[in-house]
Amino acid sequence: MRVSFLYYEDCPSHDLALERLREVMAEESILGEVEVIKVETEEQARELRFVGSPTIRVDGQDIDPPSDPRYALTCRAYRLEDDRISPLPSEDMIRRALRSPAKSQPG
Amino acid sequence: MANLKPGDKAIPFVLPGVDDRRHALENYADKEAVAVIFTCNHCPYARAWEDRLIGIQADYASHGVQLVAINANDAKKYPDDSFLRMKERSEKKGFNFPYLYDESQEIARAYGAERTPEIFLFDKGGTLRYHGTVDDNYEDPAAVKAHYLREALEEVLAGREPSTAKTTPVGCTIKWK
Repeated sequence: MRVSFLYYEDCPSHDLALERLREVMAEESILGEVEVIKVETEEQARELRFVGSPTIRVDGQDIDPPSDPRYALTCRAYRLEDDRISPLPSEDMIRRALRSPAKSQPG
Repeated sequence: MANLKPGDKAIPFVLPGVDDRRHALENYADKEAVAVIFTCNHCPYARAWEDRLIGIQADYASHGVQLVAINANDAKKYPDDSFLRMKERSEKKGFNFPYLYDESQEIARAYGAERTPEIFLFDKGGTLRYHGTVDDNYEDPAAVKAHYLREALEEVLAGREPSTAKTTPVGCTIKWK
């Protein structure tokens, strides 16, 4: 399993998001390093199909693919299970993607 | 870094609102407190705090408090922050405060605002009493321990200096042209 974490420095919570990802991986006994990618330019965002910070991919697939992807250096809005908007994916969102990577869609 | 610190006077502005009227800061001179909030449509931090700001306005309107939201983001790069989308968002969310468009970004630059959301709370005399973030938990309203803006409002309304006059604004960077 390949887990990637893409982030944009100006979005404040990427450290917390990465920590959350690593914690969930540990809980799920998923070994291996997270590929951490810092996205620094608009061109890089387009090349990497980066829809916002933080983006987590499991085997190349976004854990929460947006319906209308736009590639930009921006913060990303996740809609949580209780319909709240959050700058971070929830632990459950991450956990579901790690348990069932095939059900995600290409990021 | 903000160009204003607690104790400084508010910087005047006149900006168009989503109600198609022009809003001048001086229009709110009769208010007991005015919170100028730099925010936008697209930023998840701004969106996460929106309902709480609506709640604060509802709770404190009868006490003479006025929130005034300003979007200064570059809508060419971030189309979700266009004036049209501001109108849509205001209507959809039922904003109970003015939502103004700083298209030239002049006001955001004058205030030295850097993030969305970023709060500048002024007392009746137009003196800055609190600058910073809404509270200490953008992700979970139920987990908030420090209600910075609410507490500052209570103290300003009581004629006291806020015990916390400054916090670090948390949110997306303002998208400059």
